Amino acid sequence: MADILLRGGRLVDPAGEADATCDVLISGGRIEAVGTGLDPGRAEVIDVDGAIVAPGFVDTHVHLREPGREDEETIASGSAAAVLGGYTAICAMPNTDPVCDNAAVAEKVAATGSFLGLTQVIPAGSLTQGLQGKHLAAIGEMATCNARVRLFTDDGHGVQDARLLRRAMEYLKGFGAICAEHCDDESLSEGGHMHEGEYSSRLGLRGQPAEAEELALARDIVLARLTGARFHALHVSTARSVAIIRQAKADGLPVTAEATPHHLTLTDACLVDYDTNFKVNPPLRSPHDVEVLRAGLADGTIDNIATDHAPHAAQEKEAEFEAAPPGLIGLETALGVIMGELVEGGLLTLGDMVRRMSTTPARILGLEGQGGPVVPGAWANLVVFDPGARWTVDPGKFASRCRNCPWAGKELVGRVLLTVFQGRVVGRDGQVSTAAPLGAFA
Amino acid sequence: MIKHLLSIDQLSPSQIELVLKTADSFREVGTRTIKKVPILRGRTVCNLFFESSTRTRISFELAAKRLSADVINFTGDARSSLAKGESFKDTAQTLQAMGVDAIVVRHSSAGAPHRLSRWVEASVINAGDGAHEHPTQALLDLYSIREHFPSFDGLRVGIVGDILHSRVARSDVAALTKMGSQVTLVAPPTLIPPAIDSWGAEISYDLEEVLPKLDVVYLLRVQKERQNEQLVPSLREYATFWGLDRRRVDLMKPEAIIMHPGPMNRGVEIAADVADLERSIIIDQVTNGVAVRMSLLYLMLGAADRALEEVPVG
Repeated sequence: MADILLRGGRLVDPAGEADATCDVLISGGRIEAVGTGLDPGRAEVIDVDGAIVAPGFVDTHVHLREPGREDEETIASGSAAAVLGGYTAICAMPNTDPVCDNAAVAEKVAATGSFLGLTQVIPAGSLTQGLQGKHLAAIGEMATCNARVRLFTDDGHGVQDARLLRRAMEYLKGFGAICAEHCDDESLSEGGHMHEGEYSSRLGLRGQPAEAEELALARDIVLARLTGARFHALHVSTARSVAIIRQAKADGLPVTAEATPHHLTLTDACLVDYDTNFKVNPPLRSPHDVEVLRAGLADGTIDNIATDHAPHAAQEKEAEFEAAPPGLIGLETALGVIMGELVEGGLLTLGDMVRRMSTTPARILGLEGQGGPVVPGAWANLVVFDPGARWTVDPGKFASRCRNCPWAGKELVGRVLLTVFQGRVVGRDGQVSTAAPLGAFA
Repeated sequence: MIKHLLSIDQLSPSQIELVLKTADSFREVGTRTIKKVPILRGRTVCNLFFESSTRTRISFELAAKRLSADVINFTGDARSSLAKGESFKDTAQTLQAMGVDAIVVRHSSAGAPHRLSRWVEASVINAGDGAHEHPTQALLDLYSIREHFPSFDGLRVGIVGDILHSRVARSDVAALTKMGSQVTLVAPPTLIPPAIDSWGAEISYDLEEVLPKLDVVYLLRVQKERQNEQLVPSLREYATFWGLDRRRVDLMKPEAIIMHPGPMNRGVEIAADVADLERSIIIDQVTNGVAVRMSLLYLMLGAADRALEEVPVG
């Protein structure tokens, strides 16, 4: 494996408490040295002057659709999208077909990711068999198999039965796992297609009230207290949800929460033309919700940014609004959205952003060698990006198989230049490396 | 004039005035023995109905035929391509490929006309989409009100019933407030949409308190199929508190009129004898619907650059 010297970039590494201009020497997949004026020796020198060097981004929430809907995304295409977005680790949700509710599927997903060698693919397991919300899935088997599943969720739905969720929390605690929930009380939200409010009323669409999320979140936190389980709230979207999480943390509960780039930047007003690329679950909320969610991200109540990358086939999105499935893709636009709206907008420092997109999610998922610190001996999982580059989103250029992107045609700020995974350059200037993957057959 | 009519929001007050004024001429056409003018000869109008609505489809069909357009009716029944799984977009593009000039679309899904307008070259006219809008109903309602009152300005209109699910209410509120009328929505709280403040209408839960102030009492159809949603305890209870019966008619101003978009549930939102009162203009609304739809088709398809006075009605 060729050695690489990243020369002259600004290293932003919250885990190593570093923010300085320096060189990073990579050798044998790991960080060899960090410092100024490093001797490249025989290493390839890549000039990254003016760019940011950071631990690779970690996404706690993506949908890779494999197995089952390979027409929408595969582990390969989703990994490639991750590479172009600067992600060196992605957590794949279990709502595939078959569902990732057993060790066989979990190991298949993890092994395919390893074989590709583009990014670390970590399968999440389902809490219940077949995501049916009736019987516990094989949590212990998944947690202890080669895939080492750590995060369990029925994402796409919340577990509606409180007693079953309690049992799941108690049980997975024994394996050191995390219970993650798509917080949604479906008795309130069922049949809804967007946030309930001024716009749903005007557009004549049935709404999903914020309370459906808040009620489920509050219940889940009460159960986390009862069981002592680690709890992670997926894609938090409402103002009062932020308050509920803040209170839970103040009470000392082991609770974390993520928010998505779209919930942090878009509102229900985006739906006025019934554009199905803005249809997502949880739905885009009111400006007040966005404002409070941003404040929660800034003060650390919201721990990390996750994309909820959810590819959907064009023919399914090109339907009546009520018939179109919810979900949008975000791996390749996350940096540009967050840099432009939240860092340039003054809400987050670069260090805050790296913490919420890399350091903290790596800790939540318990990943060794991800999220920094960028120090000698550590795995070289890095992203290099130009923080000021302006570019226009062209979904036709995405590595993802799908095009359901709400930012199509929009100008974003901040572009990934280089993605380094386990010491190899896997992405460069918008191209995924065509070099043979690590695990490829000779 | 506008290319598509998807929502009342697209029309300015002066454009609404133009539609109503033009409809006057077409109303006269409907009284002749030969009820046909050659304005849209050679043009094709497609009625694309994914939800059954005999009266609206017939009204549009008559309007187009009286303008000499060719009319094709596509209804989403069991034999149509929809049952074979063809997508909405493919259906739209198929019609486009056959060269239709206007598509009149009725759909149970809100926003379907918006979606359609992105996929076709033809003019799209919303004939009712889910609980969103029914703009031509609002225009014919304005036309019918105008026959009884000199001005919309300051007129007090009460819309009574299932506002939550009503596309008629959404279009009527938008149209009436745009023209300067004051609208009061009267319903039990469960049938008032959330975050209603931005509509610019007043809200009341008490019909009897509001009735004496109104110039127009507009009753909405109670959709019996919504019974299982637990929005009101029973139809009987609805009729008791929000139905218009003779006793409540006596609370109305002498000159106030009664309207309904049809079809009526006699005995629920409107007592049978009230529907047939002199002051009930429900049948006129139907007649005016044809004239207003002729006016719209003419303005949107046939006369974009012709002056109003050249309307060939002779």
